[in-house]
Amino acid sequence: MSSTPLLDIATAGDTLELRPTGSWTVVNAGLLESLFNAAAPQLAAAKRLRVDLAGVREIDTLGAWLLEKISRGAEQAGHPVTVTGIDERHAELIEDVRKVNRTQRAARPRPNPVMARLEQAGRAAFGAVDEIVIFLQMLGATGWALLGVLRRPRSLRMTSLVYQTWRIGWQAIPIMVLITFLIGAIIAQQGIFHFRKFGAESYVVDMVGILVLRELGVLIVAIMVAGRSGSACTAELGSMKMREEIDALTTMGLDPIEVLILPRIIALVIALPILAFMGSMAALYGGGLIAWLYGGMSPAIFIERLREAVSVTHFEVGIIKAPFMALVIGIIACSEGLKVQGSAESLGRQTTTSVVKSIFLVIVLDGLFAVFFASIGM
Amino acid sequence: MTDQYAIRVSDLVVGFGRRTVIDHLSLDVRRGEILGLVGASGGGKSVLMRTIIGLIPKRGGRIEVMGWDADAAGGLNGHFGAPRWGILFQQGALFSSLTARQNVQFPLRENASLSQSLMDEIADAKLEMVGLTPDDGDKLPSELSGGMTKRVALARALALDPAIVFLDEPTSGLDPIAAGDFDALIKTLQKTLGLTVFMVTHDLASLKTVCDRVAALADGKIVAIGSMDDLLNSEHPWVRAYFHGKRSLMLHKKPD
Repeated sequence: MSSTPLLDIATAGDTLELRPTGSWTVVNAGLLESLFNAAAPQLAAAKRLRVDLAGVREIDTLGAWLLEKISRGAEQAGHPVTVTGIDERHAELIEDVRKVNRTQRAARPRPNPVMARLEQAGRAAFGAVDEIVIFLQMLGATGWALLGVLRRPRSLRMTSLVYQTWRIGWQAIPIMVLITFLIGAIIAQQGIFHFRKFGAESYVVDMVGILVLRELGVLIVAIMVAGRSGSACTAELGSMKMREEIDALTTMGLDPIEVLILPRIIALVIALPILAFMGSMAALYGGGLIAWLYGGMSPAIFIERLREAVSVTHFEVGIIKAPFMALVIGIIACSEGLKVQGSAESLGRQTTTSVVKSIFLVIVLDGLFAVFFASIGM
Repeated sequence: MTDQYAIRVSDLVVGFGRRTVIDHLSLDVRRGEILGLVGASGGGKSVLMRTIIGLIPKRGGRIEVMGWDADAAGGLNGHFGAPRWGILFQQGALFSSLTARQNVQFPLRENASLSQSLMDEIADAKLEMVGLTPDDGDKLPSELSGGMTKRVALARALALDPAIVFLDEPTSGLDPIAAGDFDALIKTLQKTLGLTVFMVTHDLASLKTVCDRVAALADGKIVAIGSMDDLLNSEHPWVRAYFHGKRSLMLHKKPD
């Protein structure tokens, strides 16, 4: 059906005669454009233009536009143009195309690169302030909703809370236990390997015990939860925002903070300490196993040394941090979720931001706690 | 003569789980016509359309689009379909990370080798043909209104001047003026570009004004097909209920 398009060009006096033939359709797009470009210099030189379309077998918007561009160029240069031989099947399309692209798009001013950089930096700085404000706002709103729930305990969304706790806590147990078990084992192995040089292998128990209970257990679990549940929270709330579900809730007189966000945050605050505890135990178990298999320290001795090395204080220092980390993860995840705009891209961006930011803040918070506990001598 | 028909569906069966949605359905769409498909909500209109374009697997039967059978060619739907058909999804399905203009250019970019400036011109021309301004081209889909989204989606469906266009409820969610414009637009484009249009719709006005033939889908089968007048005279109970209900009264001529 489709035949090769051609553009015959003949000169008669000062008249340039164009005779397009064949299929001027998008199938031959590349060819058409090269034909057009080849004809362009002659067109610019012509004083008078005649276009005979009798040979055109098929035409679509692309072909019609190229032909229109030829005649429009000549018209704008003030040369007379006559178009003949339009097949009636094509007449309406050619007429339609003649009308388009008449208005010039307003050219966008190109920004000065230095100024653009400066503007970007300024916006980022203001953005950072906004971030803090948003965080505090969300914290306040959640606190307010929590107060409301404390005053009227029946307004707590029990089903949602249980479901979220099940998802964030119960379903996360296997992966958390596995990861912390491996981390405990790796620390013990490294400790034994290096302490052996000083003949101080038995101190590996102190190292594993203190490190895991004070810092690593809770930190690893918090990071995992931020990646696993924080991102899910952001994506859920974000897609609900995109589909106007949150607006629907608001118009029904319900507070999205109370209905959607509070159960998630409470669930995180409940689940994270439990997960941190289980994670710590798994890490100690991993450490003990390696001490036995790799270091030749029997489980009984490991437990005995552990009892001497760690006190309840170490455990307290670790576990106290967990609810605060959960709160930070929840607030960040939910506020990032509510920031999602209409596009799929924005959902992806906010989810990434949520995870990166909550992991960052969890580590910063851990540092602050370390300073605090050191100063009060715990 | 396969050439006379743009789409031939014969003995098609489609189902999900234990439910059969399309039950031994046969339907021919002639070249260059606008066929309107009506049916109850949830009755399988969109399923039929999506099966024809290869998004839903069929259980049995044959589908031929422009004399080409997906089964015979090993099911390379996308490779066959993209340059030859354009599809307007109900929600527009614009790529949300691209601007309106880039959305319209996307099929051109993937299927034809053109310079960027020419693609811009073509995209602007298409946007203008569907009634938008070039400035709208810079907007992202999230910044477009419902009617504009439909128009951009139509411009994208028509980007390659395909032979067949599938429209899934093109006028739903548009005000009557915009819907009327849209109908006129479809009619014009069909005439100028020689399109075959397969249109799923509930809009009685657009059935009456633009469709050459109307097919009624009920109980998984085409129960009536023909011109609007044929359907108005149809004896099938569902078709009668559809075209003689309260909302359809405007279709009938007022008694003189």
